[in-house]
Amino acid sequence: MTQMTMIQALNSALDVMLADDPKTLIFGEDVGYFGGVFRVTDGLQARHGLTRCFDAPISEGGIIATAIGMGAYGLRPIVEIQFADYILPAFDQLVSEAARLRYRSNGEFWAPITVRSPYGGGIFGGQTHSQSPEAIFAHITGLKTVIPSNPYDAKGLLIASALEDDPVIFLEPKRLYNGPFDGHHDRQLRTWAGHPSADVPEGLYTVPLGKAATVREGADVTLLAYGTMVHVGLAAIEESGIDAELIDLRSIVPLDIDAIVASVTKTGRCVILHEASRFGGFGGELSALVQERCFYHLKSPIERVAGWDTPYPHAFEWDYFPGPARVVAALRRTMEA
Amino acid sequence: MDDRVELSLHVPVPLTRPGDAPTFDHIDIPAAGATRRPSVESLEADMRDLPYGMVRVLDDEGRAVGPWAPSIEPEAMRRGLRAMAQTRVFEDRMFRAHRQGKTSFFMKSTGEEAIGVAQSLTLAADDMCFPTYRVQGWLIARGYPVVDMIHQIYSNEKDPLKGRQLPILYSARDYGFYSLSGNVGSRFGHAVGWAMASAYMKDHRIALGYIGEGTTAEGDFHEALTFAAVYRAPVILAVTNNQWAISSFSGIAGAEQTTFAARAIGYGLPGLRVDGNDYLAVVAATQWAAERARTNRGATLIEFVTYRVAGHSTSDDPTKYRPSDEPVHWPLGDPIERLKQHLIALGEWSEERHAQMHAELTETVRAAQREADAVGALGKSKPSAREMFEGVFKEPDWRVIEQRREFGI
Repeated sequence: MTQMTMIQALNSALDVMLADDPKTLIFGEDVGYFGGVFRVTDGLQARHGLTRCFDAPISEGGIIATAIGMGAYGLRPIVEIQFADYILPAFDQLVSEAARLRYRSNGEFWAPITVRSPYGGGIFGGQTHSQSPEAIFAHITGLKTVIPSNPYDAKGLLIASALEDDPVIFLEPKRLYNGPFDGHHDRQLRTWAGHPSADVPEGLYTVPLGKAATVREGADVTLLAYGTMVHVGLAAIEESGIDAELIDLRSIVPLDIDAIVASVTKTGRCVILHEASRFGGFGGELSALVQERCFYHLKSPIERVAGWDTPYPHAFEWDYFPGPARVVAALRRTMEA
Repeated sequence: MDDRVELSLHVPVPLTRPGDAPTFDHIDIPAAGATRRPSVESLEADMRDLPYGMVRVLDDEGRAVGPWAPSIEPEAMRRGLRAMAQTRVFEDRMFRAHRQGKTSFFMKSTGEEAIGVAQSLTLAADDMCFPTYRVQGWLIARGYPVVDMIHQIYSNEKDPLKGRQLPILYSARDYGFYSLSGNVGSRFGHAVGWAMASAYMKDHRIALGYIGEGTTAEGDFHEALTFAAVYRAPVILAVTNNQWAISSFSGIAGAEQTTFAARAIGYGLPGLRVDGNDYLAVVAATQWAAERARTNRGATLIEFVTYRVAGHSTSDDPTKYRPSDEPVHWPLGDPIERLKQHLIALGEWSEERHAQMHAELTETVRAAQREADAVGALGKSKPSAREMFEGVFKEPDWRVIEQRREFGI
């Protein structure tokens, strides 16, 4: 075990996969010599060679199309879209091609590609470097969507994603790259040093897709979260004094429905937390699933805490961001209802 | 006084519409043999005249002339002739099958058969083509079972794609034919990625991507050319310029300004403009581009100048937007007729043999259709509804399993 930040853990996952399989290669904007704008691919080109990790034109659609073609040949590309906000030019490739290729060709061709992308807010990135577009991918039949919340999971989930024969959207909460973040933006920055989930094995291991983690066991209310919001949720539970169970979904497709149902059946209450805006967000699907499967166990209405239904506003980052205070209020409402 | 020029918006319109006398005077067509053939070692910078010429081999007398005339055996030409003729017979029959209610949709490649057939027979068996829906001849040339094409068109129980795809959006990996999609252009970049993968693996295979002239306006086209040029991908990028994108003439895609082959210049790629109705010109251009690709010289953009004789699909009537006799005025003629005349001029073919071949092909296609009809046309037979739930992912997740149960199977 070594202490790693999430960046180091992701870098280690990519390093392990490049060493493990010559059919794995990496490309994306600025990922080569420079090592990526967040340094996730730092040193990989020097260690593994120019054709294993190289720079791509500023062409997200081209990057994904090229990766799909490589996948059809038999390679296993892992590509980076520099910010999740910039993934939309590639949306047609992801929806109409990557997600549909296996189905429409009756298994003659498929797209074993992993699309990494820094995502989420909390870094004063404004509208174009802060968004959380996971729900639009979750809606697409044929795509898997993974969102880690800590270094250990990040490495294990990224390796599991790279080993998948289906296309995976791997969203990296950039506010967690260098340390856990509980939403208290005015407090001193924390690093991953000393955090239990920052102990990361050097070699190859996987964290399976579709298996949620119970971060905190509790009896009275279930809090569903993923990515940065896992840390916000944990802080909110501690501040509220409510005995809540915190579940980190880790991937939203595949979704660990059994873990959700087991927890809500036990607690009888459910609060859903995500950073993306609320209307049409993935919380709506979670709420519907809980209602369909746990209705007779529910003691109070399901609550959603999410970003407001506005674009991500630069100056109002902390007014927009669903921080611990809003989560505490929701937990209290659900307990008092 | 305001002496500024008043701006005006230019909206391209074709020279002729229904009721007008057709003309193709706006298309520059050099004589057969007139366009030079540089060696494949030539630098792109020394070939920038080619996108404005036209690679043509067969002249009006059916002779193969000029520097591009390929070395090709009569037997290979007869094979190409047969595949083109079979494609046309097959498509005519399937078009009628649509009118008879046996399928929901169909598209023909009438007049464009030389492109898919010649390229299919020129490239290697393990190369990969990323087709458009108008190169069905590729499959026929490689001996893909016609009955399986009809099963697919019927979406019946024996449909190789299990009823999941619109008619003619085939996939045939073993025949070097990548999965088709109804979204035009979105596989053009896959051809480049596939070719880059081949180069990455130090393989010898090359890719061929097809796109229509109308679709060159999509970002996919420009992204693919950028990647192909940047990484020197071993790929042939083919624009089939058949003059019409549904009802929009090629001017709506930019043909008033320049040729589609000339798009290559901005990317630093060689661009060839080729008579797409000249079987031998298609062979020659494909051989040239393939040799460049196989020797690490990178991609070539080829514009095949051709003409869409039929409508876009079974869903449109071309006489509503172009003169009904426009097809007969197309100056590059018919690809089957031109190759036939060449073989006859060589003493390697005759009208009698041609008529006999046509009768054989008609019977072959009719027999295949009878076999597919026996299984069932659209709505009379279909794969198990279980197939609807298969293949979403490699392994089904709980949603698919639950929903299959909810559906009742």
